[in-house]
Amino acid sequence: MHPAYSVILFTTASGAGYGLMFWVSLIHIFGAGPDSRWFEFTAMAVSLILVTVGLLASTFHLGHPERAFRAFSQWRSSWLSREGVAAVATYAPSGFLALIWLLGGETAWTAPLALLAAVGAVVTVYCTGMIYASLRTIRQWNLGLVPVVYLGLAAASGAVLLAFFLAAFGQSPIWAAMLSLIGLGGAAALKALYWRRIDADPGRYTVEMALGLSAVSVGAQAGGVRPLDPPHTRPNFVMREMGYQVARKHALKLRQFSLIALFAAPAAAIVLASTFGVAVTALYLLAAVSVGVGAVLERWLFFAEAEHVVTLYYGASRA
Amino acid sequence: MTTLPEKTEKKLGLVIDLDICVGCQACATSCKEWNTGGYSAPLTDHDAYGADPSGAWLNRIHSYEVGEGAGSRTVHFPRSCLHCEEPDCVTVCPTGASYKREVDGIVLVNPDTCIGCKLCSWACPYGAREYDYDDGVMKKCTLCVDRIYNETLAEEDRVPACVRACPTGARAFGDLGDPASAVSQSVAERGGFDLLEEFGYKPVNKYLPPRSPAEVVDTPAAPILEAAIAQPDGSKVEGFFAWIDQALSRSEA
Ligand code: SF4
Ligand code: SF4
Repeated sequence: MHPAYSVILFTTASGAGYGLMFWVSLIHIFGAGPDSRWFEFTAMAVSLILVTVGLLASTFHLGHPERAFRAFSQWRSSWLSREGVAAVATYAPSGFLALIWLLGGETAWTAPLALLAAVGAVVTVYCTGMIYASLRTIRQWNLGLVPVVYLGLAAASGAVLLAFFLAAFGQSPIWAAMLSLIGLGGAAALKALYWRRIDADPGRYTVEMALGLSAVSVGAQAGGVRPLDPPHTRPNFVMREMGYQVARKHALKLRQFSLIALFAAPAAAIVLASTFGVAVTALYLLAAVSVGVGAVLERWLFFAEAEHVVTLYYGASRA
Repeated sequence: MTTLPEKTEKKLGLVIDLDICVGCQACATSCKEWNTGGYSAPLTDHDAYGADPSGAWLNRIHSYEVGEGAGSRTVHFPRSCLHCEEPDCVTVCPTGASYKREVDGIVLVNPDTCIGCKLCSWACPYGAREYDYDDGVMKKCTLCVDRIYNETLAEEDRVPACVRACPTGARAFGDLGDPASAVSQSVAERGGFDLLEEFGYKPVNKYLPPRSPAEVVDTPAAPILEAAIAQPDGSKVEGFFAWIDQALSRSEA
């Protein structure tokens, strides 16, 4: 599948945003954060900015962005529609919270609002994952693991951002470091599991199934099906969109890079920060940037490694 | 809209005979011509006469070689929307623009509400949907919904443009939900099949297999040309021409 940069930006930015929103809401409920509404406001505001940047980016690849409101209508069957509904619904509690923290009034409403924001963040990211996981045409996506990976990456990148904001507000509790490390480790493990899964699956469909023809069915004793003449001399939309494929050896390299950026480098920065307690904010910023780079790489690969069934008509023998 | 009808009154579709299709592209061109001015108008092209031409077409004709040695053959293979009974291209659509008609089972995109998110094209295993970059909406075979019910057209023209154009009669149009229809009967007789049946979208369109050769014999290679040429009979006239032939060959050399 062709990796569209708008979609990569959308899913990584909004994933990190929802992750941050989830953790800020949670520590508000448990009263674990610093006693400063400015910390909560800043973290929530940044999460809303990330989510909004992501949502705006996702409309860039639409042919008719001005009709985007129509996408809220088909939540009964469409995960894309559900994602839109969940995203908009989550703006209400998170927006209110940001407003309350900005204005600084004491109210009993913040805990239930935080709970709603946390749930909304999880539901929205789950829907994003399901948009891909529900497509049976792409075996690398059509897995129960896919929404879990999306949730894991959102939680990990959110946790690192949270730890960064805590550090920026002069706190670096050990639990925040642990949360980040566990999150990153979990996300890396999920991703490794995902790659193991897709590597082990050769694909269920063959070119013979796609054409309904085989050597035997036409009366030949042997041989397979080979494309002779393509229908068009240059790639059409289907080939550009669905025919994109990354070379296997490049993919393996990029997998390593993404694991280093996503896990090894930020984990090292966090361990350094927690052990020596110097340049803590800078180290967490470094970790957050590295996670961002790793997440973009990971998302790019998620598309580039995905093989669509339609490639069977264009020369693939399995998909 | 985006939920599928439980049952459609008819199952209008195409039956494509892979035994007689010659891959001439007449159906694809005729489809393009009709639809660039019909329901799906326009079907935009880019760089149509340049080095990198591309554009939205609703019907694509592949050619494949199937098998090796005796009995192998070339199969020309038209590919367009199969108007599936249970396709995800409809259910994934967030706007309801992609829908399946209850009355005849035709799968359509409403060009006025499509946002151009392209998700439906990802959900189609058959590559039947092509995005129009200029128009910003998804295009696909409409089964010529603007011809088949069009009373301003002559009766014989009320079939999809591809069916009308096919010079070999490899394409037929009809109600595949009606077992008595001509198309259903040809499917029953010839062992018509679904593409990628295992996938489970239940295509309405059917394909008829190439007829298997009655008996595949390992035919000896064709006799070589010289042997087939009549031997000289030794007459004077022949001798004369042989002399001229030799003389000319010598002078050329
Ligand atoms: S062929 Fe593709 S576009 Fe047509 S109905 Fe089936 S899944 Fe949808
Ligand atoms: S491209 Fe149009 S028809 Fe297809 S899923 Fe998106 S809104 Fe629906």
